[in-house]
Amino acid sequence: MKHLWLTAKLDIVESLRARWFQIYTLVFGGIVALLFLFGLTESRVLGFIGLSRLLVTYIQLTMAILPIFVLITTVRSVAGDREAGVYEYLLSLPVSLSAWFWGKITGRYLVIFLPVFAAMVAAVLIALVRGIEVPWGMFGYYTALLAAMCVCFLGIGMLVSAVARSTDVAQGAAFLVWLTLLLFLDLILLGVMIQGKIAPETAVAVALANPLQVFRTAALSLFDPQLIVLGPSAFVILDTFGTTGYQAFALAYPTLIGTICAGTGYLLFRKGDLP
Amino acid sequence: MIRFDKVSKTFKRARVLDGIDLDIDLGERVALIGSNGAGKTTLIRCLLGEYTHDGRVTIDGRQPREERARVLAEIGFVPQLPPPLKMPVGQLIGFAAGLCGTDPQKILDLARRLGLDIGPIVDRQFVRLSGGMKQKLLIAIALGRDARVLVMDEPAANLDPEARKIFFELLAERAESATMLISSHRLNEVSALVNRVVELDMGRVVLDDRVADDVSLTGMLDCRISVKRPEPALAKALSAWRFADLGGGLEWQGQVAGPDRLRFLGMTSRYVALISDLKMTETDR
Repeated sequence: MKHLWLTAKLDIVESLRARWFQIYTLVFGGIVALLFLFGLTESRVLGFIGLSRLLVTYIQLTMAILPIFVLITTVRSVAGDREAGVYEYLLSLPVSLSAWFWGKITGRYLVIFLPVFAAMVAAVLIALVRGIEVPWGMFGYYTALLAAMCVCFLGIGMLVSAVARSTDVAQGAAFLVWLTLLLFLDLILLGVMIQGKIAPETAVAVALANPLQVFRTAALSLFDPQLIVLGPSAFVILDTFGTTGYQAFALAYPTLIGTICAGTGYLLFRKGDLP
Repeated sequence: MIRFDKVSKTFKRARVLDGIDLDIDLGERVALIGSNGAGKTTLIRCLLGEYTHDGRVTIDGRQPREERARVLAEIGFVPQLPPPLKMPVGQLIGFAAGLCGTDPQKILDLARRLGLDIGPIVDRQFVRLSGGMKQKLLIAIALGRDARVLVMDEPAANLDPEARKIFFELLAERAESATMLISSHRLNEVSALVNRVVELDMGRVVLDDRVADDVSLTGMLDCRISVKRPEPALAKALSAWRFADLGGGLEWQGQVAGPDRLRFLGMTSRYVALISDLKMTETDR
């Protein structure tokens, strides 16, 4: 356990000094600042008002940015370190492969989750100072959703890094994963469905399997689940499973995907050549 | 102690190691030599448990791949190319010491002996150190614990003569208690450090020879050089070896570490037309 924490600490310190982390923190801090600056808490759109409006916009933007950011920075860092000879040296030290791999994931998880969470906490603090009502239930669920999102894409990123032997291939594969998930979002599925090329059941199944869509539906499910807001697949899913059931699924399913991907990545990492 | 038993390694279709059989006993200092692509680095990575391979590699009967933490706790490794670590020097020392269960102060003391004061650079990123500083720190980390096997890839390449002398002394202190595997492209770089030479070519052992190890790792040579006329380039080179100018750049005197004699003569050979007299005498220390 000590070795795992040493490795996690090492990854955190390395990340804190990396430029990607500074940009990453700046982006999410900047989003919250801009949303306040543009008076989003005072506007009302589709039933969202006050801090709820800000939080739902924030989570939507996070869903667009976080996955690709986490995927690319993870594979760049892990595959890049391997290519540059960092693994050759650090793995010559007496650290077990499980402590190394899971320590790296732990450190990286904290580094990617804490800035997005801190930005949300900052939004809540500003709201409290300004006397805006804080929707605590929503804040709690979105925090859990962000945590699940980080697990999901970090796990996928670690799997891609374990499979790909070079930074270029790893980056390309990570981008392809993100693009595929994006292509199967509800809005794209709607277009395909309109053309009658796939059965509605298939579209719903694809939407259920796509973690990006799962996050989107779950984020919006806290509000009035209208077709115009949710999109067709999400609407059917919510109608079928109920809001609470779907919200639980939206936390459990991506976490499971991330864990399975990370576990598979670990097995591949342990089985193959390390540097 | 170390046993390579029919070790083979293939990358895609390229066979980089081809059935290596090698036994290395405690106290042996082995030079692993060979040209680029001969298989030296791959063999070292198999020994460190970093590569999967056919055959068996064992250290005291244990396989590094199977019992990583336990086996690697006894191996000190100095890579040829320092890794581009962004972490601060203090963090690297803490990390290595934490994993190896050693006192960080031991590493700091060794670094200081090698001429590297960690205090002013403790917060500096490792990657921003000079080549010599990186090498000294990696040597200090490798030697700053009770390693019974020292694996070093061109360890003295970036060191100045004074640091090399101290490095040889540090190795001498471990000569009886540790096994050393020193990799190099050229034998003359490491010949004075070793008592056995293993040459690899195309992934096979093509030479396995004992060498006379009359050269003491801590021995010194008094050296005096006379030159025909003052030459700034030679003066600069001799100053780097801490030679004293006895008069107008025509007479120089200094000391050379015993294992460094070939390297020193290699340097002087560039100015052979200028040198009218060169005398080297072994001294007892």
